[in-house]
Amino acid sequence: MDDRRLETIIGRLLQAGVLLAAAVVTIGAVAYLAQHHANHVDYRNFVPGGPGICTFPAIVRSAAHFESLGIIQFGLLLLIATPVARVALAIAGFALERDRLYTVVSVVVLLILLASLLHAT
Amino acid sequence: MTAIEFTVVVWALSALAGFLGALTGLGGGVVVVPALTLALGVDMKYAIGASLVSVIATSSGAAAAYVREGFSNIRIGMFLEIATTIGAVLGAFLASRFSTHALAIVFGLILFQAAYLSFKGVPENAERVASDALATRLRLGGSYPVAGSPQTYGVRNVPAGFAMMFGAGALSGLLGIGSGAVKVIAMDRVMRIPFKVSTTTSNFMIGVTAAASAGLYLKHGYIDPRVAMPVMLGVLAGALVGAKLLVHMRVKTLRMVFGAVILTLAIEMIVNGITGKV
Repeated sequence: MDDRRLETIIGRLLQAGVLLAAAVVTIGAVAYLAQHHANHVDYRNFVPGGPGICTFPAIVRSAAHFESLGIIQFGLLLLIATPVARVALAIAGFALERDRLYTVVSVVVLLILLASLLHAT
Repeated sequence: MTAIEFTVVVWALSALAGFLGALTGLGGGVVVVPALTLALGVDMKYAIGASLVSVIATSSGAAAAYVREGFSNIRIGMFLEIATTIGAVLGAFLASRFSTHALAIVFGLILFQAAYLSFKGVPENAERVASDALATRLRLGGSYPVAGSPQTYGVRNVPAGFAMMFGAGALSGLLGIGSGAVKVIAMDRVMRIPFKVSTTTSNFMIGVTAAASAGLYLKHGYIDPRVAMPVMLGVLAGALVGAKLLVHMRVKTLRMVFGAVILTLAIEMIVNGITGKV
C-alpha cells in the first residue's frame, strides 16, 4: 500500500462520513422545524451551556429519545468524528507501511485530538 | 424572527459564503461569522461554533476530490498537525476567556488579511528547492504531477513553518475559522512547498485542526444545534457547488468583489467590537 492509495481510501471514507452526518442533521432539522417552526428565536445573547446538549452522554441520550436537537447534535458529533477517523486510519496505513516515524507522529496527533475531545466532554 | 425564517435565511447566507469561499480558496468561515453577527445579530460565540462545524464539513467533504488530483502530502500534513492541533486547543481555551467585543476586533483584523489576500491572491512561490537537513530526516519531500509527469520537490525551514502552524491553529480555535490562508502561506512561502501541494494539504489539515477545538466548543455551548444546523448544511452545499464550478469560472473579478465585501465586513466588525455592539 502506498501513500496515494491510502489517501484515496481515507478521502472516500471522509466524504461518506460527511454525507452521513449531513443526512442525520437534516433528519433532525426536519423534526425540529416541524415542531418549532413558528417559535420566536433570539441568539443575540450567548447563554453558557445553551440547550444543555453539550456532552457525549447527553447528546446520545437525547438522540436516542428522538429529540430533534439531540439528533442534530449527534449528526454534528459524527461530523467531528470524521477528521479523528482520518488520523486513526493514517496510523493504520503508516503501520502497514512499517513507517515507524509517521506512525508515531500520527499517534501523537490522535492523542491530542482524543485528549481534547474527551477532556472537554 | 421565527425558527423557520431564521433557518432559511441562515442556510441561504451560509450557502453563499460556502460558494464564495470555495471559489476564492478562502473558505466559508471568514464570511459566515460576520454575516451571522452583523446581519442577524447572532452572538459571536454561537457564530464561531457554527462556523467551526462547517469548516470540518468542507474539509472532510472535499478530501476525496483533492486526493484524486494527487497533490496532497499526508506526511507534511500529519507532521504539521501536531502544531495546529495544540494551537487549536489553546485558541479554543482563549476563546472562552475573551469578551465578545475582543473576539470581534481580532476577527476584524483577520478579515483585513483575508481581504488583502483576496485582492492580491495568495502569493505563489514557483522556484523549487532541495530539502534541508531536518526536512530530509523527516522525509517531508515528495513529488506531484506537473503536466502529467511527476516532479519532485524539497522542503525547507521546518521549525519556522511549524511555529506558524501553531499560530494558524490558535487562530482557528479562537475564531472558529479554518485559517487555511495562513497554513498555505506557511507551507508555500516559508517551507517552499509547491502551491498546489500546499493548498490541498492545507484543506486536509483544516478539518483535523478544527476537530481539536470542537470538544471545548461543545463543552462551552458554542455549538448550538439550532444555529449550527443551517450553517453546516448551507456551507456544505455552497462549497460543493463552488468546487464543481471552479474550473469553469473567471475567478479574478469575483475575487475583487469578494475582497471588497470582506473589507467592509472587517471595518464593521472592528467598529462594532469597539463600540460594543457585537
